[in-house]
Amino acid sequence: MSSAVSGASAVNPGNSLYRSRKRFNAIVVVVSSAALAFGLFWLVWILGTLLYEGGTALARAALYYQMTPPPGADGGLANALAGSLAMVAAGTIFGTPIGILAGTYLAEYGRRGWLAGATRFLNDVLLSAPSIVIGLFVYSVYVAQVKHFSGWAGAMALGLIVVPVVVRTTDDMLKLVPNTLREAAMALGCPSWKMVVFVTYRAARTGILTGILLAIARVSGETAPLLFTALNNQFWSSDMNAPMSNLPVVIFQFAMSPYENWHRLAWGGAALITLAVLVLNILARALFRRTD
Amino acid sequence: MQALKVRAVPAVEPGELKAKLSVRGLNFYYGGFQAIKNVTLDIPERKVTAFIGPSGCGKSTLLRTFNRMYALYPDQRAEGEILMDGENLVTTRQDVSLIRARIGMVFQKPTPFPMSIYDNIAFGVNLFESLSRRDMDERVEWALSRAAIWNEVKDKLSQSGQSLSGGQQQRLCIARCIAIKPEVLLLDEPCSALDPISTAKVEELINELKTDYTVVIVTHNMQQAARVSDYTAYMYLGELIEYDITDRIFIKPRKAATEDYITGRFG
Repeated sequence: MSSAVSGASAVNPGNSLYRSRKRFNAIVVVVSSAALAFGLFWLVWILGTLLYEGGTALARAALYYQMTPPPGADGGLANALAGSLAMVAAGTIFGTPIGILAGTYLAEYGRRGWLAGATRFLNDVLLSAPSIVIGLFVYSVYVAQVKHFSGWAGAMALGLIVVPVVVRTTDDMLKLVPNTLREAAMALGCPSWKMVVFVTYRAARTGILTGILLAIARVSGETAPLLFTALNNQFWSSDMNAPMSNLPVVIFQFAMSPYENWHRLAWGGAALITLAVLVLNILARALFRRTD
Repeated sequence: MQALKVRAVPAVEPGELKAKLSVRGLNFYYGGFQAIKNVTLDIPERKVTAFIGPSGCGKSTLLRTFNRMYALYPDQRAEGEILMDGENLVTTRQDVSLIRARIGMVFQKPTPFPMSIYDNIAFGVNLFESLSRRDMDERVEWALSRAAIWNEVKDKLSQSGQSLSGGQQQRLCIARCIAIKPEVLLLDEPCSALDPISTAKVEELINELKTDYTVVIVTHNMQQAARVSDYTAYMYLGELIEYDITDRIFIKPRKAATEDYITGRFG
């Protein structure tokens, strides 16, 4: 009998393979914890600075009802706030149905064939396209044609950013729905559109809604595409067909200025966007937890 | 292996029974792979027929041809005849939804829809009937009672179907199937994910259902086939090796291959 099969079991605490494995495990735990701490450090710093610098501005009620002021004067961000809300809402309303329907096509109907593959690839390209490119695109096809900046152009640019995010998450989430659920619906004699609407959408609704929220969070901080489309507006404007004020561009413009009061407002605006996205996320989580 | 090469001659001859489904010379392909080879058999009306055989023998595939489940996948195709009331289900121009509503199916893994227990039942019924609220309530209760789950769920009809235990989910799926009043019930290993107590309940249910429905069950569990079925078909490598009255298959099979499988010497 060779030594490979004779003798006592090698399993004991002094085993060198076992010890080196334990050592390696300890190293991995330390390195990954350090990476986590490194990442969190910057995140907390950014949030802390934002709240510290923007906190006082946020606490001033005038921030929410006064217009953006000229240099040196008192004012708020009411027009920018309203403009941002209007354009983000319009962009989401415009982009979400297209995104959901396209994602549905990819996951439910176009599983095979070149069209789905090509669409998915182009969508990924669009997803990672710099947002300034989207802004320039809308500028050249719309703003340059009608010869004026407008809220609609801004909403269009934001919508174009919403589409690929929603397409991607809808596609991914629908693909997570087990095929047996589809077969079960079809086995009842259900037409496929009904199967999609009443069974797979329901099964994937949390994921799809999360995708929409992610898209809203993403576009509510976009500056570049609005710079070329909505531009800015010092005054209150509810006309979507005219240049429209919005938080990101105001922040950009005010932060670059030499004026102290504009700096305060820029900090306030930045904190406001961040908190709004945070609240949106928390609300969504609370909502989904209750329904699931 | 010698015995397997002999041309399969079913002991229950085609035409001998009052057939609900008559399979004639059926071939089935997954792309280039032939999963079912020239199968001919009759599924008797209001009886339980079991398909047994080792994994990959084509028993589930055969079951899935009956309601044309394969039509969901473009690379799968069937050739031959499956006759129901004189109509060939393989070549019919009839809408596949209508066929599936007449031939219900329950899957290996319980598949409750992500909606309430009530809506799980109502969903299928609403596809072909518009019932008043009261009639629908009645139908839901009838289907759930028929599936022997009414007493367990009657107080929580608005809860999600996915909150039930595995065995309850499977009975909910059977109720959902019965609710649209199909003529045939296809059960694809309905108990393989269930514990023994739930399995016993489902088997009891199958026994009751055969008074009104033609039941076809695929199972890996030979005791289950022996317990619940009236007729048993043994398949191997896509061929129907033997088809007979269940008692005869289990007590005195004609083929050595069948006996080897049943006694556990093979497979």
